[in-house]
Order: sequence, then structure tokens, then C-alpha cells
Amino acid sequence: MDVLTLSRIQFGATIAFHYLYPPLSIGLGLMLVIMEGLWLKTGNDLYHQLARFWTRVFALTFAIGVATGIVMEFEFGTNWASYSRFVGDVFGSALAAEGIFAFFLESGFLAVLLFGWEKVGRKLHFFSTCMVALGAHFSAVWIVVANSWMQTPAGYHIVGEGLKARAEVTDFWQVVFNPSSMERLFHTVCGAWCAGAFLVVSVSAWYLLKQRHVEFARASLKVGLVVALGASLLQGVTGHTSAQGVAKNQPAKLAAFEGLYQTTSNAPLVIAGWVDEKNERTVGLTAPYLLSFLAHNDFHAPVTGLDAFKPADRPPVTASFLFFHGMVGIGFTLIGVALLGVWCLYRGTLTQRRWLLWLLVFSVLGPQLANQLGWFAAEVGRQPWLVYGVMRTPEGLSAVVKANVVLTSLILFTVIYFLLFSVFVFLLNDKIQHGPDDADLTPAGKLALPEHQSH
Amino acid sequence: MHLDLNSIWFVLVGVLFTGYAMLDGFDLGIGALHLFTRTDQERRVMLNSIGPVWDGNEVWLVTGGGALFAAFPNVYATAFSGFYLALMLLLASLIFRAVAIEFRSKRPELWWRRMWDISFAGGSILSSLLIGTALGNIAWGVPIDAQGEFAGTFLGLLTPYPLLVGITTLALFMMHGAIYGVMKTEDKLHDKLRVWAMRCIIFFVICAVTLSMSTLLYVPHMAARVRENPWLFTVALANMLAIANIPREFHHGRDGRAFFSSCAAIITLMALFALNLYPNMIYSLPAPENSLTIYNAASSPKTLGIMLIIACIGIPVVVAYTVSIYWIFRGKVKMDRMSY
Ligand code: HDD
Ligand code: HEM
Ligand code: HEM
Repeated sequence: MDVLTLSRIQFGATIAFHYLYPPLSIGLGLMLVIMEGLWLKTGNDLYHQLARFWTRVFALTFAIGVATGIVMEFEFGTNWASYSRFVGDVFGSALAAEGIFAFFLESGFLAVLLFGWEKVGRKLHFFSTCMVALGAHFSAVWIVVANSWMQTPAGYHIVGEGLKARAEVTDFWQVVFNPSSMERLFHTVCGAWCAGAFLVVSVSAWYLLKQRHVEFARASLKVGLVVALGASLLQGVTGHTSAQGVAKNQPAKLAAFEGLYQTTSNAPLVIAGWVDEKNERTVGLTAPYLLSFLAHNDFHAPVTGLDAFKPADRPPVTASFLFFHGMVGIGFTLIGVALLGVWCLYRGTLTQRRWLLWLLVFSVLGPQLANQLGWFAAEVGRQPWLVYGVMRTPEGLSAVVKANVVLTSLILFTVIYFLLFSVFVFLLNDKIQHGPDDADLTPAGKLALPEHQSH
Repeated sequence: MHLDLNSIWFVLVGVLFTGYAMLDGFDLGIGALHLFTRTDQERRVMLNSIGPVWDGNEVWLVTGGGALFAAFPNVYATAFSGFYLALMLLLASLIFRAVAIEFRSKRPELWWRRMWDISFAGGSILSSLLIGTALGNIAWGVPIDAQGEFAGTFLGLLTPYPLLVGITTLALFMMHGAIYGVMKTEDKLHDKLRVWAMRCIIFFVICAVTLSMSTLLYVPHMAARVRENPWLFTVALANMLAIANIPREFHHGRDGRAFFSSCAAIITLMALFALNLYPNMIYSLPAPENSLTIYNAASSPKTLGIMLIIACIGIPVVVAYTVSIYWIFRGKVKMDRMSY
């Protein structure tokens, strides 16, 4: 294999692996804020136990998120050096800002969140939890801004020619608020909330099935399901906005998502089906007019097809189509599952329906899979461009790195990540089997005192 | 040296990497000493001494990398693609030590704990060596072609001078870590660490003297600026005083002061390195005209200006809460339910 293929595999694989963890940190971060907030508000120590248990899970995902994130920070330079030279002026600022505003905040207050339970008062601890969650959200902000600039570049101009050409900032705020950054940010963050909420739901449902820690599980499930419902509904809404943005800014990508070869008015939406690349058509179950409506809010508007683009400018169609439909399918399933769960919870019948509890146990896989598929759709759909309309993927490669060297690092990381993942699953399972600590029902140290006495 | 945006960013990137060396330096040092401890209890104390802070310390490296990318993209691109394998090894060792800290105490089995002990110590030692060797190469000079690309090989990076810098860095971090450990521990472990710290100081001083002599003899361009501007000799002098002060304070049992001297030694060493490198970022050998400098490798003035605003807003806040967090976790390590 050549350097290009290997580097693409390596980048895709390392970022996909990294992205197993940040959604959990962002989502669980929000859950921790809610749980600890409920504890402070109600004074019910069950919520303290909740917050303590989920903090331990949070610590686990966070550690691997950090370890794998460092690889990402340097990989632009190692494998995509020409790209780094070309975009450093614009793109680097976002990464630096991520470090200064997000990672420092998160890692600093994490110390208090994890180790400060009995060292600081309730309010200060709650404040730290909020800061950790905020930090996690900030890292999503900056990295999504950076990535969105690659999707829809704005606020820059090109200086120099040939090998010396590079993008320079003309307007920082246009870089930050480029045409796709906000809609993609909202969608990504909601996706992370789904990941966190469904993890909580899944573990709690499992305890209920096994009749373990019942009281804990009920409280946990309730909080989890409510957030899961909110987040998955929002996910549909923000996904729709994203799709409209793609239709406007990256029509070739939308055409690939839908397998639409000919520009069509009254375009139908493919619910499920497959792409016949040889004959340039897509077959399957379709809903008439819906694509036109979804993309342009008009049942009759023409939707640009792949025929508007030279074959050299088209993304891989089958892959984009499958990734995109996979995500959307999971999205609607999650909404259904969450609705059903909340309804039965409200009616008080949830614990009798074992099949539903089992469904909830497995629901944790949904957001994880959809998050991966969504990014794969977004990134593969951007091809053949590295910076949309400006720089092609092969042009971004490092000139001095040889194929055998990339192969070596690819093997190295495959082995390490495989190991990390096994250990992660093993320890997560261990934590879940162990369950919440009974000692956490009685807050100790400074936390034992209600706030006005702890000073 | 007049203060334009490029020079300011040279200083700021330097500050970030110095912050990294000073802070992560001690927990890399704790890692390097980890296997010298014997009992499980001692090892847990070692880990918990850095427990609340190691992650924040590592962020200095991450942010330094980001700042380098933003301010000097050509340096970021050339160095990281040029030092490809070395960097991948560094990343692998940082991964192993990070997860080892988190995972070790999660299971009681002996083999489990052994495994993570080794990966914690191995990762710490290897990353210190690699960081030092990279610095050594930049000081010595690396082959850069007319396009600004690295033109050497991986093995070409492992020559005696850079390796000496690597070993000195390891010695420095071990000393720094041992003194930190003395401050954080009690009883038997404390006494042991005191002995090791003394040995590390000796080891470091030998390395530092050898390194200074080799630099003067073999790498004259790394002493040129100080030679030409006698007043800069004060930095070198401050460095020597700081190093000499470490054993003095330590001998009198003033561990906190010894630790601050050790920090001062790191700061002045980095300052000397930066002063002599300036305005180069990567010195090219054998063709110095291809060197990457703070001018030919920098982002546009506009970006440097924007980034300066970001830094001015961000850095004071970061420093403020970093200090508060060190304050909350001051004092000797006390094990409790939350400990590793
Ligand atoms: C829990 C995860 C999850 C779920 C259930 C969904 N998505 Fe999504 N989607 C993501 C997680 C995600 C993501 C990982 O966050 C992506 C990748 C890049 C991005 O900006 O967000 C994404 C990208 C993404 C894009 C491409 C944006 C781009 O290329 O710039 C579109 C058009 C949609 N989504 C639309 C939807 C629709 C209509 C859904 C139906 C309910 C949906 N998503 C569910
Ligand atoms: C976290 C979720 C992400 C996933 C799962 C993901 C996935 C991928 C995949 C699969 C590729 C290979 C595409 C191909 O070659 O066909 C890729 C390429 C790339 N992505 Fe992403 N990506 C993610 C986030 C990001 C972010 C946040 C950035 C930038 C800030 C980014 C920058 C790049 C770059 C520079 C490439 C290499 C060039 C290319 O192949 O297009 N990615 N990514
Ligand atoms: C190529 C793109 C990416 C780079 C360069 C990158 C870089 C990093 C780095 C260096 C860390 C470790 C920070 C520390 O030491 O505390 C990290 C962790 C993290 N990253 Fe990424 N990252 C990327 C993609 C993403 C994406 C797409 C998201 C979310 C939308 C994200 C969210 C986070 C979060 C929340 C953390 C904190 C640790 C954790 O929660 O697991 N990152 N990342």
C-alpha cells in the first residue's frame, strides 16, 4: 500500500478510536452536573451515591480519551505535513485555543472532581464538576470549529503560489463562525449527550434486570431516560439543520449521502436501499418529494445530483450512503426507544417489561455507532477534498514520510489500541459488576456538612 | 533582540515547553524512580503523589504543540514529519504511562500491578530520553533541504551529543521528581527518597558538567550569543547558582526550597537553550541557510496577533486555577477511598 492509503487508514483509525471516549466524557460530564445538582438541591443522599458512582466511570473514559487525544494533536504534523504548512495559519489557532481554554480547564478541575470529594465543600466541588463538564464541551467547540473550517472554509485568502501557497486568516470570526460550524457543533454535542445518557440508562436497566442496587438503579434510570429523550429528539432537529447546511454548502456530499445521481426536482428520500454504482442509480424504499423538502423546505425544489460534478470531484458514493443512512436509522430508533422508555416509566410499568429493559441495556451501542458513522459520513463525504474546494487529500501528505514507516506506526497503534480497548472493557465491566458503593450513601469529610456549616 | 510578534511567540512557545518540563518533569521523574520502590504501599504513594496533577501537567505539552502549530506551522510540520518514528515512540510511551497511572490500582492481582508498574516506569524513562534527544538534535542541527523538509534519517538522530542531552534530561527529571517525592511523602519512603534524591543530584551534576563542556567544545553556535553579549552571562551564572543551591538547601532539609531551585535550574537551562537558538527554531546542518527561523516558519502577523489575544485571556486564568489546585492538594500524600 502507498503512503496515502496508509496515512488515511491511520488517521481514520486513530481518530475513530479517540472518538469512542470524548462523547462519553462530554455526555457523562453533563450527567454528573445534573446528578450532583439534584443532590445539592434535594439533599437526598441517593443522588450523592449516583454522582460518586458515575464519577468513577467518567475517570476511566477520561483517561483513555486523554491518552489517545495526544496522538491526534501531533498526527497533523507527522502524516499531513504539507497540509499543516498550508493551513497552519488558520487551523492551528483552533487547536491552540482548545488547549488553553478547554484541556487546562478540564484537567485542572478534574483533580478536584475525582480526589476532592472529602477535601472541599459541597459548593466548590459542584463548581469543579461544572468546570470539568464545561471544559469537555469547550474541546468539542474548538475541534469542531477546526474541522468545520475544512468542510466549509471561510475568512481566509490564499497567499503565494505552488509549493509556497498557504491560507492566511483575513477574518478570525468568519473562521470561527464558518457556514457549517455552529450547526455541526450543536449536532455533535447532542450526539455526545446521547452517548452519556444512554450509557447511564443501559447500566441502570441492567441492574434492574438483575435486581441489584434497585433503588440506585431506579433513580439513575430516571435521570438517564429523561436526558436521553431530550438529547435524541434534539439530535433529529440538529441533524436536519446539518443536512440543510450540507445541501447548501457541499451539494456533492449530500448527493452522495442520498445516492442521487441525477439532479432532480420533487426528489424522493431514500428510506432504505442500496447504491448501484455501475448503473449510477439507487434502488430501495423511497418517500416521494421528501428529499426536496428536507434539503430546501420546498417539496418541488431541485436537488443537485452527482451529475453536476466531474467524476474526479465526487466522493465515494456507496460508503457515504451507507454511513449516512446507518446514522439516520439509528437516530430514529433511539428516539423510539427513549420515548417508549419514558412512557413506561411514567406509567410505572417499566420494571415489569423485561424485553424493554433488555432493549435499554443494548441501547448504549446506538449512539456510539451513530457517532462513528456520522463522522465517517462527514469525512468520507468531504473527499476528494481535504479542505473543501481548496486542497485535495493527496496534496496534504508529508513529503518525507515513507510507506514502511507509516506501516510500522500503524501496526504499533493497532496493537496498543487493541490492548487499551480490551483493558477498558474489562475495567468498565469490573466497575459495573462492583456497583455503587454503599459508603457513598453517607457523605463523609467536608461533604457531610450542609454548606452553611462547612466553612 | 527587538520584540516583534514573532519573537513574542518564540518566547511564549518557550514558556509553554518550559512549563511542561518543570511540571511534567517531576512526574516523569517519579515514574522513572517508580521501580526502585519495593512494596505495593510505597508504589501507591508514589502514584498518588502525582495523582491529582499529572494530567494537567501533560496539557502543557499538548498546548505547546498547538501553539507551535498555530504560530510556526513550518516548524510543526518539518519537525514532526521529520522525527516521525521518534515521535510515534514518544506518543506510545506517553500513552502507556498515562493509562498505567489510571489502571494500576483497579485490580488487586500481582501480575496486573506489575504490568502497569513496568509500563509506568518504562513509559516515563523512554519519554524523558526521547524529549531530551529531540532537544539535543535541535541544538546540534539537523539536515534540512531547500524546501524546508527534513533530509536525514531516524538513526541519524541518535548521535552522541543528542543522546547525552537525552540522558541529562532523564537525570534532571529524576532529580526533580525525587525532590518532589521527598516533599510529598513521610516515614520510610521519605527517607529512601532522600537518599535517591542525593544520588540523582550527583548524577545530574555530572551530566550537566559533561554537557556544558561538550557544548562549548563541539557545538559552538549554541554558546555564541552568550559569548557575544557578556551581560547574558548572568543567565548562565543564575543557572549554575540554581544547580549549586539544590544540594545546599536539600542538605539543610529545606526541601521546598530545593524544589524551587530545581525549577529555577530548569527555567534557566531552557532560557539558555532558547537564547542561543534564537532566531532559529530548527538549526540546519550542514546548510545553515536552510534553517527554519521565527520569520520564515511563522504564521502571518494577523494570526500571531489574534493568538496573542487568546493567550493574554487564557494564560492568566490557567495560571490562577492551576495554583489553586496545587494549593488544595498541598501537603503529604494521605491515602483515602479515592486514591489510586
Ligand atoms: C448519537 C449520534 C448521532 C445520531 C443519532 C445522529 N447523528 Fe448525525 N452526526 C453525528 C452523530 C449523530 C456526529 C458524529 O456528531 C456528526 C459527524 C460530524 C458532525 O458534525 O456530526 C454527524 C453528522 C451528520 C451530518 C453531516 C454533517 C456534515 O457532513 O457536515 C448530517 C447531515 C447528519 N448528521 C444528520 C443526521 C440526521 C438527519 C439524523 C437523524 C436523526 C442524525 N444525524 C442522527
Ligand atoms: C472524531 C471523529 C472523526 C472521525 C471518526 C473521523 C474520521 C475520518 C476518516 C474515516 C478519515 C479518512 C477519510 C478518507 O480518507 O476517506 C478522516 C480523514 C481526516 N480527518 Fe477526520 N474524523 C474525525 C474528526 C476529525 C477532526 C475533528 C478533524 C480536524 C480537526 C479531522 C481531520 C481529518 C484530516 C486532516 C483527515 C485526513 C485527510 C483525509 O483523508 O481527508 N477529522 N477522518
Ligand atoms: C483530530 C482531531 C482531534 C484532536 C487533535 C484532539 C486532541 C485531543 C487531545 C490532545 C486530548 C488530550 C487532552 C488532555 O491531555 O487533557 C483530547 C482529549 C479530548 N478530546 Fe480530542 N481531539 C480530536 C478530536 C476530538 C473530537 C472530534 C472531540 C469531540 C467532539 C474531542 C473531544 C475531546 C474531549 C472531550 C477530550 C477530553 C478527554 C476525554 O474526554 O476523553 N476530540 N483530544
